[in-house]
Amino acid sequence: MRPVGVAGFGLLAVVVSVAAFGPVLWGDQATVVDTGNLLAGPSAEHWIGTDNLGRDLFARVLVAARLSILLALAATAISLVLGIILGAAPILVGRRLGRLITSAVNVLVAFPGLLLVLFFAVIFGVGARGAALAVGLAGAPAFARLCHTLVAAVSERDYIAAARIAGVSRLRVLRRHVLPNIAEPLIVNATMAAGGVLLTFAGLSFLGLGVQAPSYDWGKLMQDGLNGIYVHPLAALGPGIAVVLAGLAFNLTGEAFAAAPNRTFSLGGPRDPAGVTAPVPGAILSVDDLRVTIPGPAGPIHAVRGITFTVEPGEAVGVVGESGSGKSVTALAVAGLLEPPVRVEANHLVVAGEDLTAAGAHRRLGTSLAVVFQDPMTSFNPAHRVGPQLAEVSRFHQGMSRKAAFARAVDRLRAVRIGEPERRARQYPFEFSGGMRQRAMIGMGLMGNPRLIIADEPTTALDVTVQRQILELLAEVRRDTGAALLLISHDVSVVTDVCDRVLVMYAGRVVEELPAKDLRTLARHPYTRALVAAVPDLETDLDRPLAVIPGLPVDPTLSPAGCAFAPRCPLADDHCRAVAPELLAGVACHRSGS
Amino acid sequence: MSVLSFQEVSVRYGAHTVLDDVSLEVAAGQTVGLVGESGCGKSTLARAAVGLAPVTGGRILLDGEPVPTRGRRPVQMVFQDPYSSLDPRMTVGETIAEAMPDRPGRKARQAEVARLLALVHLDAARALDLPGRLSGGQRQRVALARALAARPEVILADEITSALDVSVQGAVLNLIRDMRRDLGLSMLFISHNLAVVRYVADSVAVLHHGRIVEYGPTAQVLGAPRHAYTRQLLAAASPLKEHT
Ligand SMILES: Nc1ncnc2c1ncn2[C@@H]1O[C@H](COP(=O)(O)OP(=O)(O)OP(=O)(O)O)[C@@H](O)[C@H]1O
Ligand code: SF4
Ligand SMILES: [Mg+2]
Repeated sequence: MRPVGVAGFGLLAVVVSVAAFGPVLWGDQATVVDTGNLLAGPSAEHWIGTDNLGRDLFARVLVAARLSILLALAATAISLVLGIILGAAPILVGRRLGRLITSAVNVLVAFPGLLLVLFFAVIFGVGARGAALAVGLAGAPAFARLCHTLVAAVSERDYIAAARIAGVSRLRVLRRHVLPNIAEPLIVNATMAAGGVLLTFAGLSFLGLGVQAPSYDWGKLMQDGLNGIYVHPLAALGPGIAVVLAGLAFNLTGEAFAAAPNRTFSLGGPRDPAGVTAPVPGAILSVDDLRVTIPGPAGPIHAVRGITFTVEPGEAVGVVGESGSGKSVTALAVAGLLEPPVRVEANHLVVAGEDLTAAGAHRRLGTSLAVVFQDPMTSFNPAHRVGPQLAEVSRFHQGMSRKAAFARAVDRLRAVRIGEPERRARQYPFEFSGGMRQRAMIGMGLMGNPRLIIADEPTTALDVTVQRQILELLAEVRRDTGAALLLISHDVSVVTDVCDRVLVMYAGRVVEELPAKDLRTLARHPYTRALVAAVPDLETDLDRPLAVIPGLPVDPTLSPAGCAFAPRCPLADDHCRAVAPELLAGVACHRSGS
Repeated sequence: MSVLSFQEVSVRYGAHTVLDDVSLEVAAGQTVGLVGESGCGKSTLARAAVGLAPVTGGRILLDGEPVPTRGRRPVQMVFQDPYSSLDPRMTVGETIAEAMPDRPGRKARQAEVARLLALVHLDAARALDLPGRLSGGQRQRVALARALAARPEVILADEITSALDVSVQGAVLNLIRDMRRDLGLSMLFISHNLAVVRYVADSVAVLHHGRIVEYGPTAQVLGAPRHAYTRQLLAAASPLKEHT
């Protein structure tokens, strides 16, 4: 955590302890009437002086912490709860009524906050309870709007739809699915808001609308101290400083939370310097002994267990393998998108001349690396229009003007065969069909001049005709720009169609590497052969079950001693189970000859 | 066993017509394949049947009655995108259990979760995992298990195998054929993969620009296509065979 965050936390801890123990520790001291010392200035005995009854002001400031903080928290809680109810209205009461509530909230948000506070304070009457209600109510619209935005983003996800179809009630959907997924930003915002509420509350008490004698909070103390401000400024300034410090404590803590998921692209992890090797000269991508380990509840997951490969400029290399074999993790590692606690180790991992194990390499890569993901929905920010999101790439990396970048975005959308690109560029991601989203994603990769395109299942969600267009599009781009392609797919036909060379992955290792044209006929590894046999085509026998590979993939937390495929392999013998085969002459199998 | 029928269903968003007068019947115990290009409205048709898309014209009936669009639907859907179909904060077991009717007790629930996970070829220990720890294919199998947990009359499968790898795809397709045989499930099976549709579907409907352009028994539609668009789809699918 950054030093500011540490300071915030420390300050908050102090403020909370004072609030908790203040009245116990200094409660008596704060009520002792010292008639010989009325309205005294600061002294060794009374650090910031005394009030009109001779009571020690410093003790009173400390004791007032509890009421001040409690009232601020109460008001924040009121804002938060009301905000959640109003913001989640579209889920709770249906779209139409929800829309009405949302518009009302938008109108309220436009009102100056202070005006609302005063308005409600007058309605609820003076006193601590009235003030808490007033401040709480006045803060609700802002939370409602925030909540609404967050809820809207979560509501788009299919798991909400699935829960509704399964008959889960609206309230339960809100409680089980929506709230947990928006809790984090809400709490962060509430923490920051609490600081502001503290100030507002002090203001109300200061104006005489809040806490009334004999109770006192910081605002009340400030009001009392105001009379003597020219003689004893500390009497008013003391509680004022307390307000500022406590407000800061909340704010900084909130900010620290908000900044917590700090995105860094450094790969980190311990590396054996002796193991560093030189990249294969001329290769656009050169990887030596890449290992990726992900912490898991049942021990570390060895997602990638040492793979070595290269991609030459302009070459198309496919990666096939079943679900969980580590294809995506490999792609993410090569794209430099894995961050701690995931550990990425390699003897080298060089993309377009940049060693990704060095700090800042990802930034220097700029647009020479384009990435197209399996999951187009999370690749786009749901809150922004598609065109500007594409344009952002060119503005950031190529320094284009807003207008030029947008024009290029439209051009790229057209290039990926999106009809009416001008209109589409102004739409939000959710207005695109799954296939269109994926095409837009590829368009985003083409905003720059990529030398390597990493595509993880880019056509998985597309129908055959569009799939073909996309693959042709990728081929075209490669022809024009000489970009190389690392294509990850579970679809053997796509890979054989598009790629020059294929890596077959199983349990985090490459088990076979061969020319794409040989995949169906000349595969030597039993797993590759089974994989190819499992693809149904238009001549598959309908009366027989489809060929499947029996058994389950290895548990990724285990490190089997021998060949990872042995439990599912028809050819496995004791030697296979004892000794792991190395990748030799393109195949990792003891019995590849048989 | 139930019949799901779409009668002259239209779906419009503003001026944009997504589905235009679509009539289609999923007969009891039958699997109907729905093919068509991306964005042509395949998913919208399925979503309309569970009340997730607004039906602006026509009716959707289950055994002659309008399909309920509230409460636990007798029609369950499995979604295309395995990344957004599971709540990232809920364990696999909780996700599946939530869809079960009548809230069974803890023991019964765990047993049922284990049974369903086994059905979709996942280890029972996965019940304790959060979706973030699963790969795409593993997630999709959890989504399928959740749909089965609700004991549906009809399943709408929206591109459920497109994110699965072939070895599992085969197992899921076998599973779907078994389920139709053993449970008498009716299913609308949406896919862009003609080979897959051919394998599971009794009949095939071809959707093009929001209209059904061809419908008939699978062998007939894929064997002797009458509409130009169907022929185009077949042409796009076939060369993969010759390629090698
Ligand atoms: N964030 C994560 N936390 C924990 N484990 C993970 C994470 N991401 C992936 N894994 C695990 O790492 C292994 C490799 O996953 P990966 O996503 O690379 O598979 P894949 O080959 O891309 O599969 P698919 O074809 O389903 O996309 C799997 O066992 C998976 O469960
Ligand atoms: S090494 Fe042995 S177990 Fe492994 S794939 Fe080859 S024959 Fe099968
Ligand atoms: Mg993957």
